[in-house]
Amino acid sequence: MPNESYLLTVVTFLPVLGSAGLLALRSDDHTWIRRLALVTSLATFVLSLLMLRGFDMNMPGYQLVENRPWIEWPPIKYHLGVDGLSLFLVILTTFLTPISILASWQSIRTRVKGFFLMMLVLETGMVGVFLSLDLFLFFVFWEVMLVPMYFLIGIWGHERRIYAAIKFVLFTMAGSVLMLVAILWLFRISGTFDLTVIQVMLQSGGLRLDRTIELLLFGAFFLAFAIKVPLFPLHTWLPDAHVEAPTAGSVILAGVLLKMGTYGLLRFCLPLFPAASKELAPWVAGLAIIGILYGALVSMVQPDLKKLIAYSSVSHLGFVVLGIFSFQAIGIQGAIYQMLNHGVSTGGLFLVAGMLYERRHTHLIKEFGGLGTPMPAFSAFFLFICLSSLGLPMLNGFVGEFLILLGTYQTNVWWATSAALGVILAAVYLLWAYQRAIFGDVTNEKNRALPDCSLRERLILWPLCAVILWMGVASPMFLNRTEMASQQVLEQMKRPEVPQPPVRAEKDDRGVPKLREPYGPAAAQPVEPAQQGTGTR
Amino acid sequence: MYRMAPELIVCLAGIVIMLLDPFVPRERKGLLGRLGLVGAVGAVVSLPLMAANAGTAMYGLLIVDDFSVFLHIIVFGTAPLVILGSYHYLKRENLQQSEFYALVLFATAGMGVMAGATELMTVFVGLEISSISSYILACYRRAALKSHESAMKYFLLGSFATAFFLYGVAMVYGATGDTRLNVLRVAIPQAANQALLMLGLGMMFVGMAFKIATVPFHVWTPDVYEGAPTPVTALLASGPKAAAFAVLLRIFFAAFESASGTWFWAVWISAALTMVVGNLAAVVQTNVKRMLAYSSIAHAGYLLVALAAAGGASKEAGIAAGLFYLVAYALMKLGAFTTLAHLGGPGEQRLEIDDFAGLSTRQPLTAACLTLYLLSLLGLPLTAGFLGKVYIFQAALDAQLIWLAVIMALATLVGAFYYLRVIWAMYFREAQAEWTAGALPHGVAAVMFLTSVGILLLFFFPGPLMNFAAQSALSLR
Repeated sequence: MPNESYLLTVVTFLPVLGSAGLLALRSDDHTWIRRLALVTSLATFVLSLLMLRGFDMNMPGYQLVENRPWIEWPPIKYHLGVDGLSLFLVILTTFLTPISILASWQSIRTRVKGFFLMMLVLETGMVGVFLSLDLFLFFVFWEVMLVPMYFLIGIWGHERRIYAAIKFVLFTMAGSVLMLVAILWLFRISGTFDLTVIQVMLQSGGLRLDRTIELLLFGAFFLAFAIKVPLFPLHTWLPDAHVEAPTAGSVILAGVLLKMGTYGLLRFCLPLFPAASKELAPWVAGLAIIGILYGALVSMVQPDLKKLIAYSSVSHLGFVVLGIFSFQAIGIQGAIYQMLNHGVSTGGLFLVAGMLYERRHTHLIKEFGGLGTPMPAFSAFFLFICLSSLGLPMLNGFVGEFLILLGTYQTNVWWATSAALGVILAAVYLLWAYQRAIFGDVTNEKNRALPDCSLRERLILWPLCAVILWMGVASPMFLNRTEMASQQVLEQMKRPEVPQPPVRAEKDDRGVPKLREPYGPAAAQPVEPAQQGTGTR
Repeated sequence: MYRMAPELIVCLAGIVIMLLDPFVPRERKGLLGRLGLVGAVGAVVSLPLMAANAGTAMYGLLIVDDFSVFLHIIVFGTAPLVILGSYHYLKRENLQQSEFYALVLFATAGMGVMAGATELMTVFVGLEISSISSYILACYRRAALKSHESAMKYFLLGSFATAFFLYGVAMVYGATGDTRLNVLRVAIPQAANQALLMLGLGMMFVGMAFKIATVPFHVWTPDVYEGAPTPVTALLASGPKAAAFAVLLRIFFAAFESASGTWFWAVWISAALTMVVGNLAAVVQTNVKRMLAYSSIAHAGYLLVALAAAGGASKEAGIAAGLFYLVAYALMKLGAFTTLAHLGGPGEQRLEIDDFAGLSTRQPLTAACLTLYLLSLLGLPLTAGFLGKVYIFQAALDAQLIWLAVIMALATLVGAFYYLRVIWAMYFREAQAEWTAGALPHGVAAVMFLTSVGILLLFFFPGPLMNFAAQSALSLR
């Protein structure tokens, strides 16, 4: 396949190039370190927008493909490509990175060079994960992400950062190691690491997975992604990692890293292992719903703002998983949309929490109170982002949640009903936290003189809020481009009908085979088409 | 003659060093070290000469084929790196004597003989040459009690193991009437006394398993590695393992291939036990040198997985994966132990994890290199260790050893605990103890540079090495 352009390579590796440039700077030259990091990430963002220009929303399959040989044996290719699913996730990544860098402008004071180095390397890893179409390459990027995040949490985090960092790495690695075995096994039975080739083989019938193998492979992949999402009960690393990470780390963690789990489910678990996905869907949906409700309920009682937002992530991503496992195009559209929403709004919430931390060095809600008086602009931003997170119509959260519930309802009414409760609970914990922190009289004298948003903070929050509003009002602009991808996921889940093996003749009491009418309605066995792809009732 | 060129050069260099020793004044003993380095590098340079003359040497006792060349590259590649890394260490510890370099060279020669042997007694000769040199090297820090303990343990247990090996050879000879591997290949299926044969094989396996440090013959490893001078540990961790693994491969595939049904299960169980025990024991270590010793045991387990895969259905893939992993492993361990030799400070006092705290602020480059070695040992992508593990996984899955692959995956995960702990200390904690190690010596810097570059290069361009490994696997007859 001819290589259409180098855009994807550039978008993926420009951050790493920038970080190499950072190495050349002096360690105490903080100004230029920050500037170089910001310029690199902004350049990457602009280049990623170019992807939109080259993207044809009506073309199925991957676009801007780059397919070059890398390792000869085992045959691993440098295969990148973008489709509706990954397009906006990459743009989300490149959008959140400069914002995080801006957010860390003042708050990171020690080992500044290392911090921005890690941020840029992390960006390369994340973009690479979303763009890889070769299983091995995907795994390399997936694992490469672990080290910068480990350092980001462990060096620049808060009090219990080391515990949180180690927990993060161990949990994620546990999933990935088994995923590696599954990838190699898949290579063994298919002969290639290339996702597109394996997909074609599975859909055309050239490769058939029998039930046990498919369940095991699905299990291995699913475990890795479920830990990342995180799906209840594998979520226990998340609150620690989020709370202890520095602000930028939390924004990237919540905004992008968690999406890799859901992206993996859509890109690998569903298309490669549809039968297993369908078979285990009730269990997964159950865990998702428990996550939604449990996450919301636990959020409500959190005294720490960051922990509240962390558990709200569990809740929101439960929605996404539910949308994915509804096996409806509209549900998957909603899931993709909600992934983007969550990135923006939860990223925004963590930015807000970070701004409060910079002023008061605490995340406890009771330390605030009546902040509306000294910080009106800040309160406005905070409210806007809260409303987005809880799904107010006209803002982005509503579109995503509505589409997910619509899709889920078509599969199972009870799932949708239980999930809808989560929407109500989201309003409870977010608005209550907001009220305690912002409304009313100033309860703590230290809060009276807090400065309102600085120019830098406004520079961060305005684009975020603009995107929130835009995604809420002009959602077709996004949905049109993800539509083909959602349908593709369902298309890729289809498998050719398997002819049933001939029915063995029954034997009577003496062990003599009974003669059966070879033709006629009495003898006809209903042939069930195996593994239907559409997933309608 | 050319077929033995590396061994000859190395032995010659060693002898010259010993001969010149009385004439060199005490302060200038380092010169002999440089001579040793010249000899080791000369041996490496002569490798292409050796490879160009494929065939048998010494009346058919040694063979030069692709497999032998590959192993010679590993063994003779580690020699100059060990000498480079040890030069400054010896000066600092006031142990600068010529015997060290001569012994390293002789040990290397012994390992080369082991790698190229076609006949069991030759294997024994090579084994003894390298082992005896290693025993003396382990005791080199005469003033430290630990060094004596390490040498005693190594000598006693090593002699036992060598004796086991010899008994095994004797039994095989008794059952078949010959010790040449190519003759054995034909004679073994036809031998009358299969029980004697299998017993002989078992005893030979025990002897070699001791050298590779597999469970349950691993008990010597932590103590010996910890007590020996760190450059010696670097040598022990890389060279003898490669040579012993080569011997095992030759014995199992050139001679006992027909009996693979039997020894396959022994290897399988060994591999599983070794990985589990090695990794779990490493978790509780606080001394970094000891922790790396247990990690060596764990890595021997991974090598055995490759061996099991080769004994199962995927012979070439398994052997090739094992050979590739040997190279990656040698690079990682050499680099790690050489760095530790430098960081340990005078008298090797500073090798606890706490002593590594804050290393990233004091010596960023050294910390970065050590991080690379540790991440490669862990098996994170972008390092040769990762690719090596992938190849072994692949071979295991090809041979349908799913359970072994899963055990290996979980064992790798356990590795995260202890490798990350050192990285955590270096980067996340503030420096506490005084810095006693001094500036980075040139030799250590050179070793660190070469091994780091090697680890990264092997990840991005594994093709040439892997092709050569596959060729070597094919040539194993």
